[in-house]
Amino acid sequence: MSTATKTSDVTVSEPPEGPSLFQRLIVRPEIGALLGALLVFAFFSIITDRFLSALGIATWLDDSSTLGIMAVAVALLMIGGEFDLSAGVMTASTALVTALLAVNAGWNVWAALVVSLVFALTVGAFNGWLVMRTGLPSFIVTLGTFLALQGLNLGVTRLVTGTVQVSGIRSADGYNSAGWVFASTLNIGDTHLQASVVWWIVLTAIAAVVLVRTKFGNWIFAVGGSLPSARAVGVPADRTKIVLFMTTAFAGWVVGSCSILRFASVQANQGVGLELHYIIAAVVGGCLLTGGFGSAIGAALGALIFGMARQGIVFARWDSDWFMLFLGVLLLAAVLVNNRFQKRAERVRR
Amino acid sequence: MTTMSLRAHRLAPGVMSWWRGSRRILPWVAATAVLAACSGPGTDAPASTQSPIAAGTLNSVAVVTHGSPGDAFWNVVKNGAEAAGKDLGVRVEYNSAGDPGQQAKLIDNAVAQGVDGLVVSMANPEALRPSIEKAVTAGIPVVTINSGESESAKFGAIGHVGQSESLAGQSAGKRLADAGRKKLLCVIHEAGNIGANQRCEGATKAFGNGSTLQVDINNPTDAQSRIKGALEADRSIDAVLTLNSQVAARAVDAVRESQSAATVATFDLNTDVVDAIRAGKLLFAVDQQQFEQGYLPVVLLQLSRTNLNLVGGGAPVQTGPAFVDKNNVDAVAALVAQGTR
Repeated sequence: MSTATKTSDVTVSEPPEGPSLFQRLIVRPEIGALLGALLVFAFFSIITDRFLSALGIATWLDDSSTLGIMAVAVALLMIGGEFDLSAGVMTASTALVTALLAVNAGWNVWAALVVSLVFALTVGAFNGWLVMRTGLPSFIVTLGTFLALQGLNLGVTRLVTGTVQVSGIRSADGYNSAGWVFASTLNIGDTHLQASVVWWIVLTAIAAVVLVRTKFGNWIFAVGGSLPSARAVGVPADRTKIVLFMTTAFAGWVVGSCSILRFASVQANQGVGLELHYIIAAVVGGCLLTGGFGSAIGAALGALIFGMARQGIVFARWDSDWFMLFLGVLLLAAVLVNNRFQKRAERVRR
Repeated sequence: MTTMSLRAHRLAPGVMSWWRGSRRILPWVAATAVLAACSGPGTDAPASTQSPIAAGTLNSVAVVTHGSPGDAFWNVVKNGAEAAGKDLGVRVEYNSAGDPGQQAKLIDNAVAQGVDGLVVSMANPEALRPSIEKAVTAGIPVVTINSGESESAKFGAIGHVGQSESLAGQSAGKRLADAGRKKLLCVIHEAGNIGANQRCEGATKAFGNGSTLQVDINNPTDAQSRIKGALEADRSIDAVLTLNSQVAARAVDAVRESQSAATVATFDLNTDVVDAIRAGKLLFAVDQQQFEQGYLPVVLLQLSRTNLNLVGGGAPVQTGPAFVDKNNVDAVAALVAQGTR
């Protein structure tokens, strides 16, 4: 256990009355996810021979990235004390808006991307406004949005195209330049990293800095911890929560854009059910379902655990019939590890 | 009045000094970034194709389909692939994902594992294209199955094993029209599946007068009540065509509950469908004999690898349609029960 405190070239002169470095590390919400990620990584690296190959690394990073982009945004929202169940379908809705405008209306891809971004932000703002205005649980409000979007996805797609898939964006104007931003690959040696991996890392860094280094980050913890108290000390609660809902919608737009430009095709039923995966990744990363506690880096690590497990199980050549069982057990184990740390952390805080 | 303590997370001093220390490695990171090359969307494959020239042995085959786990239809495909693996001494790995992005990642995974052959069902060909082309350029022979017949050769696959969806739809629609039916309801159970749409289009075209209904295969109760609602709302519907054996059983129940006089016919078999055909509640089932879609690709890959054969000159191998009705249902029943029909 004490080896965990040995970080490289750390020279901290401990103030005699403060908690030790070990105790300070252990109260961080992402520590459980970090240990979980290391465990899963070590496990699959040892039992499979291709997990650590250049192609293998690219595969599980790719799988983690789109989940991670969403998980980080959902984590911010959960720290702010709300849920967004429409986040999964949003990834398909934004891709469909982009594809329909670029393919069926013949727009430039960039213009289509701007319109789908506006669409996403509008839906996000509507979610936030409705939650704050009515005082209904966001679980209920966004469930409604989720179902509405699911119906829109199928209805509009069939109405416009007569089928349930939109493809053919590769020949639209501006596809190449937009593709560079959302769907190119970065080649480091033999590893071909997808653009979504870069987006994931950048957005995680931004979210982490906003959360722990800015006034807005404080507001997020405040509204998630106790809304009446936050209001009492002058935190603009409504604005904070609406911006958080818009953030998850924005993340949905990023993932949707990455997927439509990379796969050049989108199905009307994509993204359904993924909203729970985002919540799981955030919870594995140390977010509490009750709000007011969590971390963006933790959520990114949670997504990494998810992606490594999902691809690692395939690399391990285990029978796919049991796939979901493995995944469920792994994620439960990660949450349990987390929980143990949380309990220790609370003892340290006291 | 409660006072609020804002939890400002202070980064541990250890983390801060780590950041200061990391400035020393930043130039290296920058250098790596400069060395890293970029390539555009969907073109991350090397330009030269290195197809295997010499004959060898086929050790492992990965099968990646778009079926959801637990689907009765895909279970038969899986059984077919595993049976072929057993018969030919090839290790067969079956994986599936309904989401095209996830399916593409599973194909990448198989390529990373360095399998000797790849079998892919293409419900959404465009989305799988970069991954399949990557496999082809890596020298892995690909056989497509079930759907994506028209794109198969374009992506560089050595063959396709399946059933032409619109032709099968047309033959089902024609058969219902020949039975003297006047108005058709075609039930689609997967929102993103292009093959399902082609079947219904073919059926309504050959039949002449029909509409489609969307249901969710993962929610049988809801599927049944939606079909029931459609039959009650329009009493003139006298034929229901379902595209999946699980939905067929729901449609039979819906017809009974709504006391409609409609005839039900379906694509694909399972024990419920067999019983319903025996009982005269189902007119016929269009069987695309999907066991072949699991079994034959492994044979194609084996022949291509060990004997450099190209089966059918690369032309699509048709596995159906075969019709199961009152006349031959008893012979097929035992095979359905063992999961091969």
